[in-house]
Amino acid sequence: MKIKATILNGLQLAGLGAFDPVVRLLSGENPSAQLPKIGQFILMPIGGFALFLAVWTIAASSIQTRYGSIPNPKAVWVAGSQLLAAHQKTTADRQQFYVDRDKQAKEYVEKAATLRTAAADPKNAALKDRLDEAAVKNDGLAASTMKRKYAGSPSYLDQIRTSLLTVFTGFVLASAIAIPVGILCGLSPVFMACVNPFIQIFKPVSPLAWLPIVMIVVGALYTTDPSEAWFEKSFISSAITVALCSLWPTLTNTALGVASIDKDYINVARVLQLSPSSRVFKIILPASLPLMFTGLRISLGVGWMVLIAAEMLAQNPGLGKFVWDMFQNGSSETLAQIMVAVFTIGGIGFLLDRIMIVCQRMVSFDSAVSA
Amino acid sequence: MNPAAIDRYLELWRITKTYQGAAGPVSVVKDFNLTVKQGEFISLIGHSGCGKSTVLSMVAGLSEPSKGGLVLAGREITGPGPDRGVVFQSPSLLPWLTALQNVTLGIRQVKPTASRKEIDEIGAHYLTLVGLGDALHTRPPELSQGMRQRVGLARAFALNPKMLLLDEPFGMLDSLTRMELQQILIDLWLEDQKTALMVTHDVDEALLLSDRVVMMTNGPEARVGEILEVPFARPRDRFALIEDPQFEALRDQLVGFLEDHAVGHAAERVAQQRSEKTDSESGLPTVTPAELVTVEDA
Ligand SMILES: Nc1ncnc2c1ncn2[C@@H]1O[C@H](COP(=O)(O)OP(=O)(O)OP(=O)(O)O)[C@@H](O)[C@H]1O
Ligand SMILES: [Mg+2]
Repeated sequence: MKIKATILNGLQLAGLGAFDPVVRLLSGENPSAQLPKIGQFILMPIGGFALFLAVWTIAASSIQTRYGSIPNPKAVWVAGSQLLAAHQKTTADRQQFYVDRDKQAKEYVEKAATLRTAAADPKNAALKDRLDEAAVKNDGLAASTMKRKYAGSPSYLDQIRTSLLTVFTGFVLASAIAIPVGILCGLSPVFMACVNPFIQIFKPVSPLAWLPIVMIVVGALYTTDPSEAWFEKSFISSAITVALCSLWPTLTNTALGVASIDKDYINVARVLQLSPSSRVFKIILPASLPLMFTGLRISLGVGWMVLIAAEMLAQNPGLGKFVWDMFQNGSSETLAQIMVAVFTIGGIGFLLDRIMIVCQRMVSFDSAVSA
Repeated sequence: MNPAAIDRYLELWRITKTYQGAAGPVSVVKDFNLTVKQGEFISLIGHSGCGKSTVLSMVAGLSEPSKGGLVLAGREITGPGPDRGVVFQSPSLLPWLTALQNVTLGIRQVKPTASRKEIDEIGAHYLTLVGLGDALHTRPPELSQGMRQRVGLARAFALNPKMLLLDEPFGMLDSLTRMELQQILIDLWLEDQKTALMVTHDVDEALLLSDRVVMMTNGPEARVGEILEVPFARPRDRFALIEDPQFEALRDQLVGFLEDHAVGHAAERVAQQRSEKTDSESGLPTVTPAELVTVEDA
C-alpha cells in the first residue's frame, strides 16, 4: 500500500495524474470506478492522437512540394529510424577512428624508442645525430597524431546533445544573472526603478536581433586559438543569445516573488531581529522560491525555443543547424527528417518543462511539500 | 531597578496613530495612555476594528506612532527588538522550516555565542513545554491550527524576552484547545512573570489570565475607556473562578462596557455622519494642518 501511495504521489508530482486509475486498477482497486476514468483520460486522448495521424496521412498525400509529397507518419518514422541507424554507424566510425589513431601514434612512439636505442649503440656512433633527429621527428609525429580529431559530421543524437548542452549553459548563465538581480530588484524599489527600463526594453527583443551583436562581440573577445579552446565560438554565441533572451522571465518573477512576500513573514523577521543574511536565506529566498521556479520554468522554455533559431543562424552544431542543413540539402528525405527534428524539439521541450514542474512542486512549501 | 521604574515598566504616552483613509486621514487611536507595571499581565479588550492590533504592533515596534511616545524599561521604543516576544494573531510560522527550526530561528540572534546543539536544546525544551515534544521536526503545513499556535508560543518564550505581546493568540481555536493553551500560557508566564500585554475578544479569558483588563472605546480615535482590576489570587483555577460571586460581578462590568459601546458604536456613527454633513456644508476642513503633517503613508 505504501508503494502504491508513493507511485500515485509521484505521478501527481510529475503531472501525470491521468495514469492514476491505471495504477489503482493494477493494484486491484474497484475496477468499475477506474475503468471510466481510464476511458476518458487515457483512451480518449489516444483516440485523438490516432485521428491526428489519420488526418495527417490524408493531407500528406494531397500536398505536393518541390521535394515530392509531404511525408506521411510512416515516412517520418522511417526517417527517424534511419537517423538512429546513421548515429550508430557514426559512433562506430568514430570509435574506429580513435582506435586507429591511437595505434598509429603508438607506432610512432615505438619507432622513436627503437631509433633512440640504436643511437645509444656505440656501433652507430657515426649515425648518432641523424638517428636522434629521426627520433625527435617521430615524437613530433606521435604528438600531432594524438591531436587529430574525428572530422566526420556529427550524428543526429550528437546534435541533440550539443543542443542540450548549449541550452543548459545558456540557462545556467541566465539564472546566475537573473536570480541575484531579481532578488535585489525585489528588495529595493530604487534598484528596481533603475533596472526596470532595461527589462522593459530588452525583454521583447528577438533572438535574431541579439545574435549578430553577440557573434561580433564574442568574435572580438574570444581570441583563444581554436585548437586550444574548450568551446567553439558558435557554441558560446548561441549560449549567450539563449541567456540574453531567457533571463527576463526569471528576473521578473524572482523580483515579484521577493517583493510580494507575505507581510507576516517580514514581521517575523523584524521581531526576531534576523541578520540581513538570515533574512535573505531563511525568509526571503524560501518564500520566493515558488515564483522563482515559475520564472525558471518559463525561462527554460523560452531558451529552448530561442536556441533553435540561434543555432540556425550561428551555425552551431545542434538541432537548429540540422534543420537548416536539411533545408539547404533539399533531398526527398529532407522534409521527413525535418519533421523528425520538429517532433524531437517538441518532445525535448516537453520533457524539460516536466522536469521544471517537478522541481517547482518540490520547492513549493504549501501543498506538495510532503510528497 | 528603582521602584518607580518597576511601576512604570511600559509607558504609552498620548499615542496617536493616523492612517490615510479614502476620505482623508483617520486617527485609529488617539491620545492612548497606559502604564504597565513590571510583571503585570494586561489584557486589552474592545470591539473588532477598534485598534487593538494597532496599539500592540506599536509596542512591538512594528509600526511607529504618528504622535506620542512609548517607553519600555526606561528606553524609548523605536523598532522591534528581542526584548519583546510577539505571538501573532495568525501563527505566522515559516512553512519551509520545521517546528524546531521555527523556534530556534530567533534564539540564534539572542544567543550568538551558543552552539547549535545548545540552541536546539532550548528550542526542544520550549516545544516540549507547549506539548509538542513529539513534533519537533514536523513542518507547519502538517500541524493543526492549535499546534501551530503552540509553536508560536514556544517561539516567543524561547527568546526569553522581557515582555510578551500576544495578539488574540487563541482567537482562531476551538474552546477545548483554547482552554488547554490558556493553561500552558499561564504556566509559562508564572515561571518568571514576564510583563505581558494580550489582546483578546474573550471576556472570560481576560479575567482568567490578567491582572488588569484595559477596555478600549470604539474607533476611530479609540482610547482607554475603563480599566478593571482583577483581584483573584494566583494560581487561579478556572472552575473555582466561575463559582466566585466576584467573578460574576467583574464579568458583568466588562460585558456591560462592551455592550454600551456596541450601542454607542452605531449611535456614534450616526452622529459622525451628521457632523460630516454639517462640515461639508460649512466647507470647513475637519483636520488641522498639524495632523496632516504626521499622517503616515502606510
Ligand atoms: N495599514 C492600514 N491602513 C489603513 N487603515 C488601517 C491599517 N491598519 C489598520 N487600519 C485600520 O485601523 C483600524 C483598527 O485596526 P486593528 O487591526 O488595530 O483592529 P483590531 O482592534 O485589532 O481588530 P480585530 O479585533 O478585528 O483584530 C481598522 O479600522 C483598520 O481598518
Ligand atoms: Mg487585531
